[in-house]
Amino acid sequence: MKRFAKFWWDFLVGDDWRFAVSIVLAFALTAVLATTSVPAWWLLPLAVAAVLWLSLRRAV
Amino acid sequence: MVEALTIVLAMGVTRSWRAALIGTAVALVALAAVVAALGPALTVIPIESLRLVVGALLLVFGLQWLRKAILRASSWRALRDEEAVFAREAAEARTAAREERGGLDWYAFTISFKGVLLEGLEVAFIVITFGSAQGSIPLAAAGALAALAIVVVAGTVARGPLSRVPENTLAFAVGVMLTTFGIFWGAEGAGVEWPGDDAALLGVLAFVLLVSLGFVTALRRRRLATA
Repeated sequence: MKRFAKFWWDFLVGDDWRFAVSIVLAFALTAVLATTSVPAWWLLPLAVAAVLWLSLRRAV
Repeated sequence: MVEALTIVLAMGVTRSWRAALIGTAVALVALAAVVAALGPALTVIPIESLRLVVGALLLVFGLQWLRKAILRASSWRALRDEEAVFAREAAEARTAAREERGGLDWYAFTISFKGVLLEGLEVAFIVITFGSAQGSIPLAAAGALAALAIVVVAGTVARGPLSRVPENTLAFAVGVMLTTFGIFWGAEGAGVEWPGDDAALLGVLAFVLLVSLGFVTALRRRRLATA
């Protein structure tokens, strides 16, 4: 059971759990912004780039 | 798929082709069952919710691929060496105890089964997410089967591990594509209206590609500076 859970954790979350949490937060912020009159399309690409860079910095 | 082929080849060459191929076939049936069970279940979810879930999953999954590919391309992580993996798997297979179950070499069967199932789950996941988001799981599955056929034919022709396949370049491209679709569908699911509608996908693709290549260049410079 432990190995099964570890497999799914590695499969979906991977090496850096902060990665997955940051993406979920970015989606939440995008959804909130989309309910306002401000265009929200730019937020997710920028958030993804920032999250990726921070994760890469941690890895090196 | 290349990784799975390496494992099956190592089991076939060192232990038993019959057990390795039966293990592969059973794993493929299990993967087909996963796609057949989850695919139709996802299509009953409303399209906006589906795109949010599929987009988030693709993004998390795609960024993992992209992150590894960028680290490898910038020399911060070693490239995968299929020849070395083949040699290691073959050496372990030669020393493993021989146990027969159901007339099969159990070691070759289980290693082949696990290798194909675990590597194939990534493919099944991509088939389910892309297929359900676009409303055509059979077409996505056909694409995956075509890719599988190419890998098997290439492995048969090469008669060995596919060490000359530019695996990291492929992983980088897949990571960029998964991340692009994850951003596009996920944002739509979150209520975003893209300027230019579907044409915005090309803009997102260009953005992800340029950012990723920029990160490779920046990390490569950093690597050289610390060497």
